[in-house]
Amino acid sequence: MDDFASLFDEFDVLGAFWVNIQLTFFAAIFALVLGTVLAVMRISPVPSLRWAGTTYVTLLRNTPLTVIIVFCVLGLWGQLGITLSSDFQRNFFWLSVLGLTVYHAAFVCEALRSGVNTVPVGQAEAARAIGLGFGDSARLVILPQAFRGAVAPLGNVLIALTKNSTVAAAGSVAETSGLLKQMIEFRPDLMVAIFLVFAFGFVLIVVPIGLATTSLSRRLAVAR
Amino acid sequence: MRTRIMATALTLAGALTLAACSSDSDTSDDATGGSSGDSGGGTIRIGIKFDQPGLGFKDGDTYTGFDVDVAKYVADKLGYAEDDIEFVESPSAQRETMLQNKQVDMIFATYSITDARKEVVSFAGPYFVAGQDLLVAVDDDTITGPEDLDGKNLCSVTGSTSAQRIKDEHAAGTNLLEQPGYSECVTALTAGTVDAVTTDDIILAGLAAIPANEGKVKVVGNPFSEENYGVGLPKDTDKCQAVTDAIKAMIEDGSWQKALDDNVSTSGYKPNADLNPPEPAACA
Amino acid sequence: MSGSVLFDAPGPRARRRMVWVNVGATLVVAGIGFYALVLLNRKGQLDADLWSPLFTANAWENFFLPGLRQTLVAAGLSIVTAGVFGLVFGLGRLSASRTVRALSGGVVEFFRAVPVLIMMVFFYMAIPRLDIVSPKDLPLVAVVLGLTLYNGSVFAELVRSGVHGLPRGQREAALAIGLRRSQSLRLVEVPQAIIAMLPAIASQLVVILKDTALGAIITYPELLAAARRFGSGNGNILQALVVAAVVFIVINWLLTRLAEALAGRVGRRTAGKTRVEAPSLAVTARD
Repeated sequence: MDDFASLFDEFDVLGAFWVNIQLTFFAAIFALVLGTVLAVMRISPVPSLRWAGTTYVTLLRNTPLTVIIVFCVLGLWGQLGITLSSDFQRNFFWLSVLGLTVYHAAFVCEALRSGVNTVPVGQAEAARAIGLGFGDSARLVILPQAFRGAVAPLGNVLIALTKNSTVAAAGSVAETSGLLKQMIEFRPDLMVAIFLVFAFGFVLIVVPIGLATTSLSRRLAVAR
Repeated sequence: MRTRIMATALTLAGALTLAACSSDSDTSDDATGGSSGDSGGGTIRIGIKFDQPGLGFKDGDTYTGFDVDVAKYVADKLGYAEDDIEFVESPSAQRETMLQNKQVDMIFATYSITDARKEVVSFAGPYFVAGQDLLVAVDDDTITGPEDLDGKNLCSVTGSTSAQRIKDEHAAGTNLLEQPGYSECVTALTAGTVDAVTTDDIILAGLAAIPANEGKVKVVGNPFSEENYGVGLPKDTDKCQAVTDAIKAMIEDGSWQKALDDNVSTSGYKPNADLNPPEPAACA
Repeated sequence: MSGSVLFDAPGPRARRRMVWVNVGATLVVAGIGFYALVLLNRKGQLDADLWSPLFTANAWENFFLPGLRQTLVAAGLSIVTAGVFGLVFGLGRLSASRTVRALSGGVVEFFRAVPVLIMMVFFYMAIPRLDIVSPKDLPLVAVVLGLTLYNGSVFAELVRSGVHGLPRGQREAALAIGLRRSQSLRLVEVPQAIIAMLPAIASQLVVILKDTALGAIITYPELLAAARRFGSGNGNILQALVVAAVVFIVINWLLTRLAEALAGRVGRRTAGKTRVEAPSLAVTARD
C-alpha cells in the first residue's frame, strides 16, 4: 500500500489526466464546430459541397487516429514547418488538438446527420412553406432540433474523444499513456497497480459523461 | 429459465474476471507455464526487438542485428541449433511481463540492467555496454555533447529516460519532442526540424547504418551514461551461468567483434572502448 | 428525411453561380495541395528511393499482406465474439429480473469506459497466469478479448436502444398471440432491433477493424505495426504510414459499403426506423 501511495508522489498522475481533459475540451469544441459545418455541407443544395463533405468523412473516419496525429506532428510541423504556438511544447499540444479535431469532426458530422434524420419531413416542408431559404431553415428549424436529437450520439463521440486523447502521446504531448509507459519503465514491480490506477481514472472521467449525456438526451428529446 | 441461464452466465463471467485479478497478484514462481516446460529440449523462445535496425529487426522470416547474433551464439552454446530458436517480439514496455509469464525463455533486447528490474527478473551479462549519445545531421559540428543542446530541439521516444536525463542533468533549455519510435525521430532530424536524437549509442548507430540514412546522419561519439545490456532471464532461472559462459566465449573467439562490425559499424560507429567488451558479472 | 426537401432545385442562375464557386474552390484546394507537395519535395520526402521500396514484392509479401491478414483475423474474430457478447448483455439489460438488468448494466458501462488499450495490456499480463492459452496465441487472444468487451458493450447498448425504439405494438402483438415476454424479445423484438440498428453496427465494425491497430503494443503483428517496422528498416516511415493509411481507408470503405448494402436489403423487415442512424453511431476508441 505504501508503494501504491508512492506512485502518486513519484509521478504526476493527476497532472497527466488534466492534460487529457484539456486536450478533450479544446478538441471537443473545435470538432463540434467543424463537424457542424461538415454536416451542413452534407445536406446543402450544392452538389460539390455534399461531395466534399462525404469525401472528408470517408477519408478521415477510416484512417487510424495514430496516423493522423503523427502526420500532424511529423508532417505539418516536421516537414512543412507549420507552428500553432511559439512555445515548443505548446505547439505539439495544439497540433494534437488539431489531429483530434479533424478526426472526431467526421464522427460529429455523422452524429449530427443522424440527428437531422430524426427531424420529421414536415418540419422542413413547413419551413419552406413560410418562405425560409436553405440557410435559414437549416439554422432556425432543422439544426436546433437535430442537435437535440443527436445528444446521445454526440455524447458517445465525446466519450470516444476522451479516451482517444491518449493517442496524443504520439504527438509528443505528455499525457496519461506516455506517463503509463514511463511508470512501467521505472516501476515494473508495480505494474498491476499502475494499470488499475489508469483504468479507474478513465472510468471516473467517462462514466459521468455517459450518465450526463444520457439524462440530457432524455431531457432535450423533442417529444413527438 | 432464460433469466436463470443469463444469471449463471453473468456469475461465471464475474468469477472469471475475479480469478484473473486475484491470480495476477501472486508471484510468477508458481505459474507452471506450458512454454517453460519444454526448454532444454525442443525449442527455445527468445525475445528480441523486431523494429530496431542493427540490433533486432524482423525482415520477413529472417532476423538481423547485433542482439540477434548474440542470441544465436548463446542459444548455440546452450544446445539449440538456429532452427530451434523461436524469436518473439519483446517491446520495451512488455519485457518484464514476458519473462514473468514465461512467454519467453530469455530476452536480448537492448535491455539495461537496473536495480528496479532486478527486483522482478534476473540478468546475465552484460554482453555490451552502451552509453547515451546523440545522433545529429552529418554536417552539424556544433553539437558535440549534451551541453550543447540548450535551446536546441531534441527527439526521443515517449516515456524513455534518456531525454529527461538531458533536461535534468545537462541542458535544461532543451526542447523535447517525444515520438512513438526512433525512426520517427530520424525523419524529423533529416527534415531539419530537430537538431539531435538521443538514446543509447548502439541504437543510434543501427539507425545511422540504414542505407536510406547513410550520409545524412552521424553518431556524435561522446557517450555520457553507462547502460549495461544484459540477457533478461526469469527470476528463478538456472541458466544464468551457462549464458554468462557463452557470452565470455563469444567475446574471446572474436564472434562478438564480428557481430558488432557486421551490424552497426557501417556508419563509422565505434563502441566505448574503455568499457567494451565488458566482463560479464558473476551470477547471483 | 432527405436533404432535398430542404431546398428548391437550383435554377439556371444558381447553377451558374455554383459552377464558378466550384471552380474557385477547386483552384484554392489544388493550390494548397500543390504548395504542400512543393514543400515536401524540397524536404526530399517525395524522392523515389523513399517510395519505391514500398512497391516491391518484399514490402508486400513480408510486411503489408501478413499485417493485413492479422488485422482481418483479429477483426473477424472480434466481430463474432463481440456480437455474441452484445446479444447476451443486451438481452440482459432488457431482462425482467432487476438483478440481471443491474449486473448487465454495470458490466456494459464499465467496459465502455475503460480504454481498449488498457484492457488489452491487462489481459496480456493476466492471462498467462491462468495457463490456458499458448504463448503463441496470447497476443491475438488479448486483442480479441479487449475488442470484444468494449465493442460488445457498444453492441449491447445498440440492442437495448434498438428494442426501445420499436413501436409498442410489436410487443403487444407478440404477447397477444400467447408468447411469453422472453419469447417476444427473442423472436420478435431483438431481430427487428438488430436490423434497425444495422447502420450503427456497420460503423462499429469499422471501429473494430481500426482498433486492431492497438494490438501493436502487445506485439500483435497487425498492419500498422508491420508498416512501422518496414519504415524503420528502410528509413521511410512517413511513406510507409501513408500506404498503411490508404489500405485502411480502402478496407474500411469496402466494409461500410458492404454493411450498407446489407442494411438496404433487409431494411424492410423491421418496424423500427432504419433511417434513424442509431445512438452509438460514432463510438470509437483509440485509433
